[in-house]
Amino acid sequence: MISLNEIKDILSNDDPAFLEMLAQNARSLTEQYFGRTVTLYAPIYISNYCSSHCTYCGFHNHHKIKRFKLSLDQIKQEMQFIASKKIRNILILTGESYEAAPVSYIKEAVLIAQKYFSGISLEIHPLNEAEYLELFLAGADGLTIYQETFDRIRYQQVHLAGRKKDYDFRFHAPERAAQAGFRQISIGALLGLSELAPDLLALYEYLQHMEKNFPGVEYSVSFPRLRPIKGENFSVCDINDLTFVKIICLTRTLFPRVGINLSTRETAFLRDHLVGTGITRISAGSNTAVGGYTVCTEEEASPQFDVNDDRSVDEIINMLKSKNFDPVFTDWRSIKNESI
Amino acid sequence: MDDLIIAGKSFKSRFMLGTGKFKNKNELTECITLSGTEIVTVALRRIDLNRHEENILEYIPKHITLMTNTSGARNAEEAVRIARLAREAGYGNWIKIEVINDSKYLLPDNQETVKATEILAAEGFVVMPYMYPDLNTARALVKAGAATVMPLGSLIGSNQGLKTKEFIQILLNEIDIPIVVDAGIGRPSQAAEAMEMGAHAVLVNTAIATADQPAVISKAFALAVEAGRLAFLAKLPEQKNQAQASSPLTGFLYEK
Repeated sequence: MISLNEIKDILSNDDPAFLEMLAQNARSLTEQYFGRTVTLYAPIYISNYCSSHCTYCGFHNHHKIKRFKLSLDQIKQEMQFIASKKIRNILILTGESYEAAPVSYIKEAVLIAQKYFSGISLEIHPLNEAEYLELFLAGADGLTIYQETFDRIRYQQVHLAGRKKDYDFRFHAPERAAQAGFRQISIGALLGLSELAPDLLALYEYLQHMEKNFPGVEYSVSFPRLRPIKGENFSVCDINDLTFVKIICLTRTLFPRVGINLSTRETAFLRDHLVGTGITRISAGSNTAVGGYTVCTEEEASPQFDVNDDRSVDEIINMLKSKNFDPVFTDWRSIKNESI
Repeated sequence: MDDLIIAGKSFKSRFMLGTGKFKNKNELTECITLSGTEIVTVALRRIDLNRHEENILEYIPKHITLMTNTSGARNAEEAVRIARLAREAGYGNWIKIEVINDSKYLLPDNQETVKATEILAAEGFVVMPYMYPDLNTARALVKAGAATVMPLGSLIGSNQGLKTKEFIQILLNEIDIPIVVDAGIGRPSQAAEAMEMGAHAVLVNTAIATADQPAVISKAFALAVEAGRLAFLAKLPEQKNQAQASSPLTGFLYEK
């Protein structure tokens, strides 16, 4: 495994020739292991109730945003809309509230999603193994959970209330999900929340630990960059585009077969340039507000983050094709609940 | 006539094509046409039933024998379910079993592969299992009813060629059903090498799909497979490490 000093050296090396070499290597590995394909997905936010207080988040419980929780009919309506845009991989998201979004509610959403999507992933509050198993058996195959930061002290400083305060329960969530049978697990750190190099190293070590202990799971990583909330900046370090690209290329070099996701937090410009350099999975046509696709008006909606790439799914498809990539919509077909 | 015969069906071409990783599906069609391949493998997980223009099957000519594969299966049970789904969906009963419980090296799980083969062969599938070249497993696969065995040359997508050559040779010596070398074949010369050894066919995907000109490369692979087969049939003279004097040890027997 790479050392902390090696990561620091790479992050501080701003020689354009070095960066280009890193990127060329990342691109060639990506092409070798993923070919010229990019998988598409879209998020659906079904509840933004939150009982945690994460200082840096637009959804936390002290913010006076309008709280929504979709009814099952509304979930169906939103999913129908997303599916009509050709998307087949759905990411179901909730805020960190067990009360507002209990397992039974998420399970209903998964069962509805079964009708419209071939890949169903969850980005929800951490659960115990039995709960993960319940959702897996209902048809969810993927889990996304970010530790935010692997620095315990910093973690306590920015997670002030709710169950999210429990570092270890969150830290071990991917292991519980893998044990329950989840096929795809996506982990990540919120870049900028803590000192970069140690967080990256911890993430890499965690990924290696997961690969060794749960080799059957397909892993991917995401690198959301912390954005200011209402003008207030919570970052301890600035993750500029140059650093961001380095992180993606370094990750690809260290983990050639691990997927790397890029959401619409990033701009169209950056996304277009990073496809194939390391990125293997991108969201398309995303709306990050609860009910944002069909239920709420734009004025009513409170998005978790501002979408920086508001192109439609068709526009993303055209972009990929123009860059000689094949958009992949279907990458799994549920074999659960089948009479076979 | 030197046809490849699998489950009673005859094929002129001994070159099989995988369909993943292509930058567009039209290129896949061009590869099929130009290489003359007659058997292609498609992952059920990648078949989009609902969308005509993105459905990979629309890009595979009808005369091609489709070998659906169980990519994504982590154990025998999942492979069996995927195979049954494929047959129910109308993709025929030729199934390439891939049971991979290892996302880092993508090495097949031989034990689970044997289990899945046993179940599916009994259900009438033509089973073509992807496997790590191990003689005991190959024997168990034959006993389980496999139509071929498909040992890996090296890691999937690695383009490293025949890293497992010695073990594939053992399978060629001992196993009486067709042996298709699958995975890791990165150059036409490596495909030819496998065929010269006596492999019955070769399957290639990554080296073609990620090439600048996939159709041309697919043709190169098909030609290499053909050349290797001819060389095998014509019995290549053995390789010698040094020039050999004639009968230095036994020549005296003929001396007066």
